Amino acid sequence: MFLKPEPTIKDLKGLLESANFTLDQLLNMYYQMNLIREFEEAIGAKYYEGKNPFNMASGPIRGEMHLSSGQEAVAVGVGGNLRKEDVVVSTHRPHHHAIAKGTDIRKLAAEIFGKSTGLCGGKGGHMHLFDKEVRFSCSGIVGASFPQAAGAAFAFKYRGEDNVAVAFAGEGAANHGTFYETLNAASLWELPLIVVIEDNMYADSTPKSVALATPHHFQRAMSLNVPSFLVDGMDVIDVYLATRKAVQRARSGGGPSLIEAVTYRFRGHFEGDGQEYRERDEVELWRVMDPITRLGNRLTKLGVEKERLENERRKARERVEDALKFAEESPYPEPSTALVGVFK
Amino acid sequence: MRMKGISQAIAQAISQEMERRSDIVVLGEDVTYWGAVFGFTMGLFDKFGRKRVVDTPITEQTFMGMAVGMASVGLHPVVSLMFVDFLGAGFDQMYNHMAKNHYMSGGQFPMPVTVITAIGGGYGDAEQHSQVLYGLFAHVPGFKVVVPSNAYDAKGLTIRALRDPNPVVIFGHKLLTGLPFLPYEGGEDEVPEEPYELEFGKASVRMEGSDLTVASAGLMVHRAMRVAEKLRKEGISVEVVDLRTLVPLDEETLSRSVKKTGRLLILDEDYMSYGMTGEVTFRVQSRALRDLKAPIQRLAVPDVPIPFSEPLEKEVIPGEARIEAKIREMVS
Repeated sequence: MFLKPEPTIKDLKGLLESANFTLDQLLNMYYQMNLIREFEEAIGAKYYEGKNPFNMASGPIRGEMHLSSGQEAVAVGVGGNLRKEDVVVSTHRPHHHAIAKGTDIRKLAAEIFGKSTGLCGGKGGHMHLFDKEVRFSCSGIVGASFPQAAGAAFAFKYRGEDNVAVAFAGEGAANHGTFYETLNAASLWELPLIVVIEDNMYADSTPKSVALATPHHFQRAMSLNVPSFLVDGMDVIDVYLATRKAVQRARSGGGPSLIEAVTYRFRGHFEGDGQEYRERDEVELWRVMDPITRLGNRLTKLGVEKERLENERRKARERVEDALKFAEESPYPEPSTALVGVFK
Repeated sequence: MRMKGISQAIAQAISQEMERRSDIVVLGEDVTYWGAVFGFTMGLFDKFGRKRVVDTPITEQTFMGMAVGMASVGLHPVVSLMFVDFLGAGFDQMYNHMAKNHYMSGGQFPMPVTVITAIGGGYGDAEQHSQVLYGLFAHVPGFKVVVPSNAYDAKGLTIRALRDPNPVVIFGHKLLTGLPFLPYEGGEDEVPEEPYELEFGKASVRMEGSDLTVASAGLMVHRAMRVAEKLRKEGISVEVVDLRTLVPLDEETLSRSVKKTGRLLILDEDYMSYGMTGEVTFRVQSRALRDLKAPIQRLAVPDVPIPFSEPLEKEVIPGEARIEAKIREMVS
């Protein structure tokens, strides 16, 4: 476990002041994190409709479902530093990254439901979300995000643009050869790449302790001269400030950085996962560190009224309800569209 | 100009397109000094420098993935996969991403990537450096598969690939490169200096004939032609069809030829089973079954890896003697 000590209110104020961090920014992050949580919980609930007895093929949402509840601070802390032109390449657990990058959540929901109004017209689904509008993509293959983001970073540098590319991956993916290969090339060529390792302790069901020879990935990145940040992934401020440094470095031609964010997923690897690989106590312990509650408490201490926080949460919930309604009411794609679009 | 071999032609095509467009970047192992080993990128480094011709670390998975990322934001990468045999080290990014992202994204992310790779044996490079494997790429939806047999085609098809918004894999046979350190089985072609495009999905009838059609690609076209020349003197008239692209496949030219000759031999340097020969057979019989005077036959690598020792290698890669015997058997 890696959590930074909770700052006192005086230190927190000082930190925010010195980092030029406004209360409005914090409130916006609170809203974003709530939007992701509400989205994930709503999708989670909808997923089980028609799945008793459990069968992945039945109900309004088919296939595997990987939700990110608990990991909101990583997505929002990183996403808060990005522009529309920056590239994000995500993983099989992509919803929080997509929302933090600014994807239209109506289209996002519709894609998860396999509807024609979805981001990809129902061809990609939950694990293969693409949104060219905000330069977001993902891959269901573990370890695939690293080189793709590096390729976009290469293009930015080649054209002299100051955009950055972000590769998200879990700590399991960081054992893939592409992790080392990409960091080596990106470091060598000083690409504007930010690799974000979301360490939620488990690669599917395999605990980090049995899959990794070192507790941390940043050590490996540093061996390739890639500056690295080990951040508290349950603290959106910590993630945000580290990412800000990494993004500034990348935009100004300084090359890649790695951010290792230690976090936790409150739900299973996939919906339907029996989670026999971890103790209930462990999940409960991490729930105490819920990044949304944590930020809420800080905002309260900073003088934000409870009603205002409740209002942000309500706004988020309403947007999610609207998105799911849109998705459910949208038509399915014309079956014949399955046969077109392999080539442009 | 007169040109010997496909390497120079491919390199010239890339060079001319790079002059015209800044979105083309060449990357892969040894693409600068060695011109991608088999010469497909020779001369480009001198002309365009390391900014546009990039030697990568030995990381097939990663540089193929980088090509996917580059294409997603508007570049057109030309990627060298040195030997096609190395595709195992990079195939995930190719068949799961490069070939699928356009479809998966509902058309949002075209993948203008040109992959150039070297195929084939016949010079003693053994199991892991002598395969053809284009069947694997042709099997996965999303790749266009180009197999040039001469310099003229190589230039026109490469320029076409560089103007195509889709992933195109160009398979250049090592014995057609025209490089001094390899045997050469091609000829010399007149290749126009200016850029030109050859359409994909258009086979070429290299030699007209009336008794039997040989359908083939790459090196095997030349072996078929030499056998056909020889048999012509004896009054056996062989038509040689050079497929040029396996995806898309020119069924029209093939079936027209078979309707004329009534006999088809498919000649392939890839493995036999579940490969190009089976696919071509199926497509031709579905269009020209009633025109066939004899069952379609095939010669391909008989489902064993390509061995090292010369007599062993000659046993598995179709050679002229075996092609000749097969044709004689079919027309008798």
